[in-house]
Amino acid sequence: MTGHPNPTWITRYADGDPALDEATVWSVEVHLEDCADCRALLTTDVPDDLRALLERVAAGVDEGVTTGPAPARRRPWSAARHRWLIWQLVPWLTMTIAVLGCAVLLQGLQPSLPSLVLLLAPVAPLPGVAVAWSRGSDPAWELIAGTPTAGLPLLLRRTAAVLAVVIPVLGLASDRTGASLALALLPCLAFTTVTVALGVFVGVRRAALGLAAGWGLAVAVPSLINLRLPGVLQAGSAGLWLLVIAVSAGFALIRSDRFRRLSSHH
Amino acid sequence: MRTVSAAETAPTTHPWVVHAEGLRVRAGRHLAVDGLDLALGTGVHGLLGPNGAGKTTLMRALATVIEPAGGALTLLGESVAGRADLRRVRRGLGYLPQQFGFYPRFTVREFVEYMAWLKEMPRPSVPGAVQRAIERVGLADRAGSRMKTLSGGMLRRAGIAQAIVNDPSVLLLDEPTVGLDPEQRLDFRELLRDLGVDSCVLVSTHLVEDVVAACSDVVMINAGRLVFQGTPDELIGQGGEGDAGDSPAERGYSALLRRHRAEAAR
Repeated sequence: MTGHPNPTWITRYADGDPALDEATVWSVEVHLEDCADCRALLTTDVPDDLRALLERVAAGVDEGVTTGPAPARRRPWSAARHRWLIWQLVPWLTMTIAVLGCAVLLQGLQPSLPSLVLLLAPVAPLPGVAVAWSRGSDPAWELIAGTPTAGLPLLLRRTAAVLAVVIPVLGLASDRTGASLALALLPCLAFTTVTVALGVFVGVRRAALGLAAGWGLAVAVPSLINLRLPGVLQAGSAGLWLLVIAVSAGFALIRSDRFRRLSSHH
Repeated sequence: MRTVSAAETAPTTHPWVVHAEGLRVRAGRHLAVDGLDLALGTGVHGLLGPNGAGKTTLMRALATVIEPAGGALTLLGESVAGRADLRRVRRGLGYLPQQFGFYPRFTVREFVEYMAWLKEMPRPSVPGAVQRAIERVGLADRAGSRMKTLSGGMLRRAGIAQAIVNDPSVLLLDEPTVGLDPEQRLDFRELLRDLGVDSCVLVSTHLVEDVVAACSDVVMINAGRLVFQGTPDELIGQGGEGDAGDSPAERGYSALLRRHRAEAAR
């Protein structure tokens, strides 16, 4: 419809004329929403009692606005903080940072030891990842499991929050001790993705525990006894770690439906 | 004023909001729901049954939190068994678990906001919906209090607020009246009647009088099977003078249970 509706329609609309058909009422209404000039027409011939009523309502609303409670303060960053970092993660991340700090100190005292930072790097994110996705450590687990966001995306979000803390710390630690940055970060990422991939079968928490125990017994302890770094942490093994990351991440993505439900071992 | 989307006004193409056929659900190793047939439409349905009847397990399966072990389960016309994509169905779900976990440091408003975000509500509508949900359960004056400072009844009401924040089409409340005082229970019944006008509400409870007062339909299960489905008046009609119970509805309940147990023993 172009142009303004007939002024007599507007008057009849304002009076609530029952003879005005619905289609006209709608078209007048839609036009009035957008057209200030026609809205002004609407107010010119309003009966006095209606005007008094409107003024009373307006005064009441104004009074409610001034005397009522103030609008709740918006704290945009607090919502973001809650989404990314669940409070339960804080102690575990603090522990991870403390252990890495000790490794750096010990390396300074005993330079003959194989690089402790490199030996710890693969397992550094695992406590955080295990806590981020386990039934026991998330009190609102059952509520979250029934929401559309639940599943691999939420797990990855929380894992990313853990990595955002662990990776800079690892970078700092490897810089301090002169260890290779790539050999600290790639195994760290690889162990994270393998934990998620194995989590498809046994749950993320058990996967993290198993991997940490396996790494400690099969690699870390023997290399501390032999006083030399294992082959997988020597220069040139980066390709192997990249392959592990690609395969495990791909597998986790394919089987992501397994994370949608609350099953007994998650 | 808000724009009504085409999806909201589209006619539904499913006969039942919740439809289960031969549903079997495990709780651990035990088959807690064993061959349940259930069809629920719009309205308030009270779920009755003795302890261990499978009420909570049924609720969890309907909330898509655990995967059914067998049978067919359809919510809002979409199958939710097996590897189905649950996102769309979950956006229309509201769920209050029996053991309702929460983050103690969150305020009520932050908690309901977080749940609204997890339910993928459009960002601009979240603050208004959160305020409305908190007001509907009567917690507006405690919206800024931390969850750990709330009493048991207030926590329950905060749980109801997070369940209704997204105006769910299927609302599942597991023991919502635990910890509410008599006055709050009356308010809650009022809220239930209000919610049942345009959504399917399933309330699990032990209190037969709550069901009679607030529900349009009674569902009774025992040992994982449907015992009875009908109106509160039909439930009352099942009981005779000789049955145990202090009210007509309680007599109906105990008569049904006794008959079902006798049949099962045969």
